[in-house]
Amino acid sequence: MRDLTELKGRFPGVEAEQGRDIPVLKVPAERLTEVMMYLQKEYGFNFLADLTGVDEPGKERLVLVYHLMAVPQGEMVRVKVELQRANPCAPSLVGIWPAAEVQEREAYDLLGITFEGHPDLRRILCPDDFEGHPLRKDFRLTGEEGSAP
Amino acid sequence: MKASAQLATEEIILNMGPQHPSTHGVYRAVLTLDGETVVGVQNVLGYLHRGLEKLAEDRTYTQFIPYTDRLDYLAAMLNNLGYVQAVEKLMDIQVPERAEYLRVIMAELSRIASHYVMVASMALDLSGWTAWFPPFRDREKILDLFEMACGSRLTLSYMRIGGVAADIPPEFVPALQRFLQELPRGLEEINGLATGNEIFQARCRGVGKIDLETALAYGLTGPNLRACGLPFDLRKVRPYGIYDRFEFEVPTLDNGDAYDRFVIRLLEIEQSAKIIAQALRDLPEGPVLAKVPRVIKPPEGEVYHQIEGAKGILGFYVVSDGSPKPYRLHIHSPSFVNLGAFPVMAAGGTVQDAVATLASIDIVLGEVDR
Amino acid sequence: MAGGGNVVATWLNTWGFPPWLNSLLTGIIYLVGVLAFIFLNVIYLIYLERKVSAYMQQRLGPNRVGPRGLLQSVADALKLLGKEDIVPRHVDKWVFLVAPIAIFIPAVLLYAVIPFGRGLIAADLNIGVLYFLAVSSTTTIAILMGGWAANNKYALLGAMRAVAQMVSYEIPLVFSILGVVMLVGSLKTTDIVAAQEDVWFIFWQPVAFLIFFIAANAEVNRGPFDLVEGEQEIIAGPYVEYTAMRYALFFLSEYANLVSVSALAVTLFLGGWQGPWLPSWLWFIIKLYIMILLFMWVRWTFPRIRIDHLLKLNWKFLLPLSLVNILVTGVGIKVYQWLSPGRW
Repeated sequence: MRDLTELKGRFPGVEAEQGRDIPVLKVPAERLTEVMMYLQKEYGFNFLADLTGVDEPGKERLVLVYHLMAVPQGEMVRVKVELQRANPCAPSLVGIWPAAEVQEREAYDLLGITFEGHPDLRRILCPDDFEGHPLRKDFRLTGEEGSAP
Repeated sequence: MKASAQLATEEIILNMGPQHPSTHGVYRAVLTLDGETVVGVQNVLGYLHRGLEKLAEDRTYTQFIPYTDRLDYLAAMLNNLGYVQAVEKLMDIQVPERAEYLRVIMAELSRIASHYVMVASMALDLSGWTAWFPPFRDREKILDLFEMACGSRLTLSYMRIGGVAADIPPEFVPALQRFLQELPRGLEEINGLATGNEIFQARCRGVGKIDLETALAYGLTGPNLRACGLPFDLRKVRPYGIYDRFEFEVPTLDNGDAYDRFVIRLLEIEQSAKIIAQALRDLPEGPVLAKVPRVIKPPEGEVYHQIEGAKGILGFYVVSDGSPKPYRLHIHSPSFVNLGAFPVMAAGGTVQDAVATLASIDIVLGEVDR
Repeated sequence: MAGGGNVVATWLNTWGFPPWLNSLLTGIIYLVGVLAFIFLNVIYLIYLERKVSAYMQQRLGPNRVGPRGLLQSVADALKLLGKEDIVPRHVDKWVFLVAPIAIFIPAVLLYAVIPFGRGLIAADLNIGVLYFLAVSSTTTIAILMGGWAANNKYALLGAMRAVAQMVSYEIPLVFSILGVVMLVGSLKTTDIVAAQEDVWFIFWQPVAFLIFFIAANAEVNRGPFDLVEGEQEIIAGPYVEYTAMRYALFFLSEYANLVSVSALAVTLFLGGWQGPWLPSWLWFIIKLYIMILLFMWVRWTFPRIRIDHLLKLNWKFLLPLSLVNILVTGVGIKVYQWLSPGRW
């Protein structure tokens, strides 16, 4: 696995650590695009393997988690972006990886993260008139008294 | 000029789905048509959304295994495998040897079954009715094998955290050997009815073409990516389980069109059969389930595990807070991402091409919508 | 009447009716006979098709209703009769209602010029083949009516495909028949059958038969040319909004057209009702079913062709080939005349 500590010096605010399975980078939202482009260009992480988020209401934050893969070597890196829970907003990566389009829509739908610059940010899995974001921890799971299930 | 104004044409919008024979489930493609030519495609998903990721947060780790069957229900074993391996990775559980081999056998059988469905339904989508039957007949034999091993045919839930649910019965091995013997004949039939057919080739060659660069940018994985010429298979690149012990090839084709995506499945079936034969040869005796605590409580932490699913790379992102239930479970389903590339692939072809392209991508709506 | 006279008319003559009643009764008997022929054939063709496809696909096919499933089609027909006749609100009502009838009538009319056996022909027109082609081409209009009136995009696509396909395939169809007509020198179907007493025209005109077979396949919208229905793409095309008996009429005429086009093929290329030992009508039925089975075999073997390939095949291959066939036939006839004077 490659040493990613070099990134710390290049991009202030970026933290690098070795996770349980793969290296983890913590990137501030405003630096995300440039870090991703750098990772793609210099480290060969040319494949967006996964894009999701984790809601952490206890810490008042939503963590956006990207998994990048180097194809065809198969190496991986996890990039985390901590967002404010009240107004989670991150730059869209559709410009770098078109694969992000559907996955960002999914994150928007289920977690309520807004992606700036996304060409068509709509709900994808839930119906358009759905209220709330199911994967948030405070999403109401039970119906209201007397309403249809 | 005046005549052309009088004969002004108009694009029409055609809702293909949610109930349409060729959408392979409840999925809707909004096609913008100029005559028979597809100008634009918009995916409308979510008709089968069951909120599996949310459900996982309220189930114990073991309770979630049956839910993974409902992802890609045509290759349930592979989903089982991906999930249990992710949890095992989180807990550092060592799986007994026999269980590892059984897992490989089942996973590859599942892959064959899934590829058979793709081959059959793609032939059917091109109206090759008869070519539908040989693959489904052979898939039935796989389902029989699954039934022997775990009692059910579709929703298998065979894998357990730390091994597999039960050892195989004595009649399993001879039945599997018989299946492997008969497999080449079935493939030959498919080649005769579909692959080698003039009309079939004319319908598929050059249709839904995507080049390697675009495919990677759109996150295509699995057979769809390998049909673009890149031998990228996680079983080889980053072997999980015991896949590094087997000899097999990663077939690739160069054109990235519907025809190559069809043929590559047939080639992969052969390779999977090769793996199964080796696993069967080396199958050791011993327990099939490791000693795992009754209540599975992984340590705090997160893990990302990928396996080579039947449709592409299947990823599980598990976040544990030390409790018996996952704090967050994300499923990266290959069909969902592959379908995202459908608009690019279908644009410019005819309606018939769009149908062929969609069939060649091989989506399963259970996995797309989760 | 030529060729030993019309069997039915001759039989009626023995009753001593006045001539006008005689010809009226002949007409009625033939109409009833043809309708019975169509309905019985279609009902059992559907059964046959399902069985044939089943055996080709290692299945059993219908085997629940009646012995060996023989009553399955009857049950289906009864079911369709009992269904509610739904006319959706958005359709163009009159056109929508007329279309199934407009497609069924020509399907029946076609049988007028088919010689079912020695002297078994409803109307022995001296332009029989031309009549057949003219009447069968009106089917296109009926399908277009159904597709257009349904006000449904799938139906519209299907109707457009129908026009593009059927109009273009009519041309090689006609040209392939022309080869036979040139050999006989008559458009009369009975004459054509009579001319095949020694040698069937399939041996003189193999290329024409091939073109006829392909074009006829496209004309009756059967696989691999079933683009009009295109179940996997446009669901059922023009028929998508039809229900119950109206749908059944489309279905019925489709099979009726299959029978009539097979009958024409038998008449033109397979010697019609000619054959030794067996009664002439039995020979006709045997040959007819060989043709139908051939159509079924093709349908259940090939995938569906794409619309642009379909048109390319027609205009760039079948049409030039049929023209060449006519040229070769013409030259051949001249050479034959020159070699054996007096015969022609």
